[in-house]
Amino acid sequence: MPEARGKIRVTCTVNGKAMKFSAFPMERLLDVLREQIGLTGTKEGCGEGECGACSVLLDSKLVNSCLVPAAQVEGAEIRTIEGLATGEQLHAVQECFITHGGAQCGICTPGMILAAVNLLERNPQPAEADIREALAGNLCRCTGYTKIFESVVRACEARSGKS
Amino acid sequence: MRSFLPAYALETPRDLAATLDRLAGEPGEWQPFAGGTDLMVLLEAGKLTHRRFLNIWGLRELLGIREDSDFVTLGALTTYTDILRWPKMQHEFPLLCRAARETGGIATQNRGTLGGNIANASPAADSPPALLAYDAELELVSARGPRWVPYRNFHSGYKKMDLRPDELIARIRLPRRAQGGKQYYRKVGTRKAQAISKVCFAGTAHIEHKRIVDIRIALASVAAFPFRAAKTEAVLRGCDLGEESIHAAQQELAREIAPIDDMRSSARYRLRIAQNLLEDFLTDCSAAH
Amino acid sequence: MPTPVIGTSVRRKEGREKVTGKARYVDDLKFPGMLHGVTVRSSAPRGTIRSIRFAEGIPWQEFTVVTAADIPGKNCVALIVDDQPCLAAGVVNHPEEPVVLLAHADAYLLEEARRAVSIEVEPLPAIFSIEDSLARKQIIWGSDNTFQSIVVEKGDLESAWRKADRIIEGEYFTGSQEQLYIEPQGMVATADRRKGITIWGSLQCPYYIHKSLTALFDLPPEKIRIIQMETGGGFGGKEEYPSMIACHAALLAWKSGKPVKIIYDRAEDMAATTKRHPARIRHRTGVSRDGKLLAMDIEFVLDGGAYETLSPVVLSRGTIHAAGPYECPNVRIRSRAVATNAPPHGAFRGFGAPQSVFALERHFDRVAEELDLTPEEFRRRNFIREGQTLAVDQVVREPVDMTRLMERAFEMSDYHAKRERFTRENRGRNAKKGIGFAAFLHGAGFTGSGEDYLASIVAVEATEEGRVRVLAASVEMGQGTNTIFAQIAADALGIEYDSIEIAQPDTANVPNSGPTVASRTCMVVGKLVESAAVGLKQTLIGSGLLSERYTAAEFAAACRRYIAQRGPLKSTSQYAPPPELHWDAKNYRGDAYGAYAWAVYVAEVSVDLRTFEIAVDDFTAVQEVGKVIHPVLAAGQIEGGVAQGIGLALYENVVWREGRMVNNQMTNYIMPTSMDIPRIRVHFEEIPYPFGPAGAKGIGELPIDGAAPAVINAVAQATGANLPRIPVTPEVLMEALEAMRA
Repeated sequence: MPEARGKIRVTCTVNGKAMKFSAFPMERLLDVLREQIGLTGTKEGCGEGECGACSVLLDSKLVNSCLVPAAQVEGAEIRTIEGLATGEQLHAVQECFITHGGAQCGICTPGMILAAVNLLERNPQPAEADIREALAGNLCRCTGYTKIFESVVRACEARSGKS
Repeated sequence: MRSFLPAYALETPRDLAATLDRLAGEPGEWQPFAGGTDLMVLLEAGKLTHRRFLNIWGLRELLGIREDSDFVTLGALTTYTDILRWPKMQHEFPLLCRAARETGGIATQNRGTLGGNIANASPAADSPPALLAYDAELELVSARGPRWVPYRNFHSGYKKMDLRPDELIARIRLPRRAQGGKQYYRKVGTRKAQAISKVCFAGTAHIEHKRIVDIRIALASVAAFPFRAAKTEAVLRGCDLGEESIHAAQQELAREIAPIDDMRSSARYRLRIAQNLLEDFLTDCSAAH
Repeated sequence: MPTPVIGTSVRRKEGREKVTGKARYVDDLKFPGMLHGVTVRSSAPRGTIRSIRFAEGIPWQEFTVVTAADIPGKNCVALIVDDQPCLAAGVVNHPEEPVVLLAHADAYLLEEARRAVSIEVEPLPAIFSIEDSLARKQIIWGSDNTFQSIVVEKGDLESAWRKADRIIEGEYFTGSQEQLYIEPQGMVATADRRKGITIWGSLQCPYYIHKSLTALFDLPPEKIRIIQMETGGGFGGKEEYPSMIACHAALLAWKSGKPVKIIYDRAEDMAATTKRHPARIRHRTGVSRDGKLLAMDIEFVLDGGAYETLSPVVLSRGTIHAAGPYECPNVRIRSRAVATNAPPHGAFRGFGAPQSVFALERHFDRVAEELDLTPEEFRRRNFIREGQTLAVDQVVREPVDMTRLMERAFEMSDYHAKRERFTRENRGRNAKKGIGFAAFLHGAGFTGSGEDYLASIVAVEATEEGRVRVLAASVEMGQGTNTIFAQIAADALGIEYDSIEIAQPDTANVPNSGPTVASRTCMVVGKLVESAAVGLKQTLIGSGLLSERYTAAEFAAACRRYIAQRGPLKSTSQYAPPPELHWDAKNYRGDAYGAYAWAVYVAEVSVDLRTFEIAVDDFTAVQEVGKVIHPVLAAGQIEGGVAQGIGLALYENVVWREGRMVNNQMTNYIMPTSMDIPRIRVHFEEIPYPFGPAGAKGIGELPIDGAAPAVINAVAQATGANLPRIPVTPEVLMEALEAMRA
């Protein structure tokens, strides 16, 4: 059995809260979030950076948390699905995913919503082609994507004040 | 997660000099770890045989895109997103933008780095054909100092490259070129996004009155490493663009590439598509005149 | 009384939890002292186990180790026949067969340990194809490798050949397909030698697991408890395989005395669990000069993998759907499910029908071509109508109008204009376009007397707060079970949708409403929800605590009063077959299904002849479904099923090497991304089915049946290629076009 090395201590913020944790340096951010910090909203779908179910925002950038080692999270600002709603008030994207069928089984949903939110933060009025491209790294097996696009389009309308 | 994590070290050196000292001090012991988009996949699968890594993700010396009159120079830690966001990239190096945009999804583009992509040396990497077509040069640094190598000479075999155990890829520079001339990039993957390529083709050409004054052809996924199809270029250089020269070039390409059967595609398919893309590129070139 | 909610898109019951990350899936569970569990598998396709070795360097004394010897009851995963071992003992019959289980608190050390167990197998000759199995190159199961065979006979086939003006033959193949639910499979088990076993898991059929565990442990039913967690997709892939994982987790919990969690990683899930049955389908079709079907002779063979599991049932459904929504007086269908040394194939949405429907619809486009008819004209001349009989002699008892559905689909997709335009514009172009369609049907519920056998039960109870709770074993896995059950109950009771709760499927609390499969949850179980709710209402009214006309508030008050005065208020309803439904299992004839949904799908494709890449540019799905309970959810089912069918047609290729899937990673097994699927237009027609809730039929599987043949027919139209096999990857298309030119 290979020799075991020690853990490191990491400081970062998660959903606006300062966090300190210790982890193996190559421990996946996904596992740190789920096991140590107790935020299980971020999901594992493939462990190879293909499905996007583990997407989080790391310093405002969408990343696959299954591919980020703990050592590289030092000083970072992380946002997970749990940090999206403001208290009881859902983000427009969350609300539209409920009402327009963007969420079915829900397992891809946290990552998909964060990818959509990240898109809207960069491009508030995306064309459908932009939505498709921005979400191409998030796989969904249930919806066939049509209602995910619909949900994002409706969320844009809601945010821009149209009805 | 199949790997025994406690056995892995990922240490963060203070700066580039400290990194190079570590690499020089314990040759072969340490490997660089940038965005992790390749290495973490291996770790997950229990296939990451090397155990000691130096975290170079934040090294300031390897960040940023700079320009002068002769070159655009990208730090090795330039991500695909950085490439896409640099204002002049689309205008000057559109093939590199195409490659960056077709690499994985947004999440991969935010973390994958150009230096990491080159050093990972996948035969199917998306950016290398563009870099090869642009005559990229790599700056390799070590405690002994820097050296520049043309990227086209960097790979010599499957995962074999001109990178010594104490060296890091520091920068990639692209010679600025006269505007005009044809540029072509096509990645044929397993689907429209998030795909490993089956064939990837990049080409640039300078045509004057139907004569091919200069031409560069680069491919991935049809050999042990991304390469410049120099023999095919030689067949075309100085020729008049037409059915005959295109056909001759296709024949030469068939001899120059070595596509394989694997779980993604077949050698026959790769060969045929490589030849088709070459023809499309050349037809594009002649259409413009 | 509140406005009825059936037919409206009410808010998804568990929607908020799903969009906030609060929904609890099995991997989100943690118990104090919990161990992780892993499965050590044999890599040999077939052979005898010579030794199991545990290498040095691992602190084995810290581990819980389980082999077949530790199984208290019967070493099998009880399903239909008990041929599949829970843990291999003595022999292995497919790669990835489970042999040893390990548990430890440290997940990383556990993987180190998994690598340190070696299973030495002395190989026996193995077989990997339908051909080799039929040829009996090796006998690997039973006396002749045959799990099941079925013969359907209608009319007089032999004389019909003599009357036929043309006879057209074809042979078709469909490959395996991985369900690829985004949440991998997993289970958590706790075991107490006195109290029994509790399982939490990602699953579709709580009572299937319950049955497997009672057999494995030889425990009475009340000592086994199965609880479904939020399930991240199933599509049939979590119908039977979860029983295996539950058995494994339970064995480790039993031996260690601690809670055990087993979560498969993606590579293991893809390689070891069930996939769609590969199929070979042969057609021999006799038609009259004027394009009328006279004779259909169909041979349908499925590759079942190494153990029987559900193959007879997949075979059954595939057989019954093989002759489609057409009127043909003389039909013979001979079907067989055979064994190979691959991990057993299993349930996947459509369940045999996507295979046989692909073959039929591909074949009929070719038949039309042979007759110099358009594909739509050939269909129009043969579509079945009310009063006529399907291949199994089932009389169609509703005014279905397939021609009208087809015309609606053509209108929505601009089929005729596009077909003409594409034919014209394709000449001499490297980018060709095509448009094609498929016409099909899908029977909802268990075949024949299957629903009688299931005898499903649903209960509805009132709570002390005056709310109503639905108790059923049918699971929510994204399709909307919770929501539609609440809609049905709300309307049946005349109260608010928000007053209805759906109990978590927990065998300690809910009756057995049967498995969440076979497109039965809305039509069959939903109907029981309706009748149980009506029963509850009648009990209240009968008790004098509620008048015939009441407000929602009065209803709630009456519940509270009833419970305070008399105790629990609960109503159950058990399945009774619709009258006049008769199925002759011996002769495979009669009313195979209570209701069919009918559909015509149109696909528009682009084919790049430089790279042979195929893209689906547009898709139209028209279907008759009885009644749409929830428009957004119903359309969601169609769109999702179509996307999976597009995957089956073009992208999803399982690469086999000696019985093992070698492209078992999401990087190399290609499912469509958001860039690969066009907007899907959905249109519903409604001919109410009297025995479904509000007239609803089942639609869960329907959409995946017709998507692949529609796409391939479009590609064939664009290129002229034959294309008898799916998936049609660019490599396959290239070979097909080169063969055409040769």
